[in-house]
Amino acid sequence: MKKRNASTYILFVLMAVFAVFVLFPILIVFINSFKGRLFISSEPFTIPKGDAFVGMTNYTEGLAKTGFFSAFAYSLWITVSSVVVILLFTSMLAWYITRVKNIVTQVIYFALVFSMIVPFQMVMFTMSKIANMLGLDNPVGIIVLYVGFGAGMASFMFSGFIKSIPLALEEAAMIDGANPVKTFFLVVLPMLKSTAVTIAILNTMWIWNDYLMPYLTIGTNYRTIPVAIQYLRGGYGAVDMGAMMAMLVLAMVPVIVFYLVCQKHIIKGVLAGAVKG
Amino acid sequence: MEKSIKKYFALFALPALICFAIAFVVPFIWGLILSFCEFTTITDVDFVGFKNYIRAFTVDNYFSHAFFFTLAFAIVSVITINILAFALALALTRSVPGTNAFRTIFFMPNLIGGIVLGWIWQVIINGVLAYFEKTIAVDATYGFWGLVVLMNWQNVGYMMVIYIAAIQNIPTDMLEAADIDGANYWTKLRKIIIPAVMPSITICLFLTTTNGFKLYDQNLALTAGNPNHQTEMLALNIFNTFYSRIGFEGVGQAKAVIFTILVAAIALLQLYTTRKKEYEN
Repeated sequence: MKKRNASTYILFVLMAVFAVFVLFPILIVFINSFKGRLFISSEPFTIPKGDAFVGMTNYTEGLAKTGFFSAFAYSLWITVSSVVVILLFTSMLAWYITRVKNIVTQVIYFALVFSMIVPFQMVMFTMSKIANMLGLDNPVGIIVLYVGFGAGMASFMFSGFIKSIPLALEEAAMIDGANPVKTFFLVVLPMLKSTAVTIAILNTMWIWNDYLMPYLTIGTNYRTIPVAIQYLRGGYGAVDMGAMMAMLVLAMVPVIVFYLVCQKHIIKGVLAGAVKG
Repeated sequence: MEKSIKKYFALFALPALICFAIAFVVPFIWGLILSFCEFTTITDVDFVGFKNYIRAFTVDNYFSHAFFFTLAFAIVSVITINILAFALALALTRSVPGTNAFRTIFFMPNLIGGIVLGWIWQVIINGVLAYFEKTIAVDATYGFWGLVVLMNWQNVGYMMVIYIAAIQNIPTDMLEAADIDGANYWTKLRKIIIPAVMPSITICLFLTTTNGFKLYDQNLALTAGNPNHQTEMLALNIFNTFYSRIGFEGVGQAKAVIFTILVAAIALLQLYTTRKKEYEN
């Protein structure tokens, strides 16, 4: 243990100041969610009292305008089911293309890696057209799109890990009479757990917060949380900042709870993703 | 073993590959073709060569403006984010009381989505500007610095986590040996810490650069390009080209191809520099 001298206490004060800077915007949004909408633009940094305090009005209005609870349900459903399907499909694909070496699997691998560097804007227009043609423009169909667009990174990370697993384990299973299906699900899949957690975290963060894909494909009928928030902006009129503040608070609460519960996994996942991505 | 697995292509590879084809391969190829086409009516499409690529720059100057705006934004935010993140990482690896709590707090904004972040900062920035009777929509300078502050707020914690991991990986005996030799903190920083974390610096520089170039949600929610497209970044400009004017699908797609080449070039440069480093070591 290093000794704590004067300089560490100066650092402590600096860190505390920075922590206030980080937390301040979240606190302001929280405070303003109880303030009348006109007071939010005129005096955003004061505690609401008297006329400015409107209780839960912003929340009730915001909930009515955005349909926040259904947005929450869509976000939750789309995120969880997409992540589960991504984990299953891409781990199978990664195992196949890592264990079977031929020109086809090499082309697939190259295409997957290539897809990782292509920004969404390149495919957004044609993808939403195709989704519409194939009837994928609903909360179930969008899972196909997330699996397809997320396949690159997930397969790449799974494949990287599978390369490091000794073949002997799988060979032993097959000599004992297990077919490839049994070998994969009983021998390989359990070993992929830590990589799967990393991929699950990275994809959860991406899909939960994603705005453009749900907006373009299912946005008119089914709004996820980011789409519902942006929807408050409406067409041309002034934005109801009161309702906005309340919905921002509701949007942040699940994220912060998720973060505090899974903090260790999240930071580990982000680190692994940064180094490999 | 390979032979017996090979027969299971339909089961193992096909499900993911079908999704991949629908969501990426077909849209990508179709998009590439579309960038050379023009819609005369909804169904009638003509091949027009590089016309869309030329129109991307000539029909208005918003796209080239967006390029320089994005470039300036990327440069400023990459520098500020990495200096701040590295400074925080150095501080938090020096047994400051409450280190874990600080790390938890600093990383948190990273999880909040871009749309939510944009609106949070719109309130704060408009709140400050209200004292001068202005809003973020009146001057592109406010929008630019607003985006920089927002980007720092979101990304500093993330890069800090990467730097902390790198600093903690430095063998302690190296630092202790330097202590015995009487090296002061700055010498240790320059001679040991910075060279040791160089690979992480490369990673963070590229991560922040790509994040900066691809920024969309935050841009939409914070400024929406106001005033008059002056704070419109590349991704937002592409979206607006596609969807706010009829008959501009080809031009939008041509811009998207240029954007893709730009982002891919950054990624390839990253691959090249990290590979080169690996050979050198």
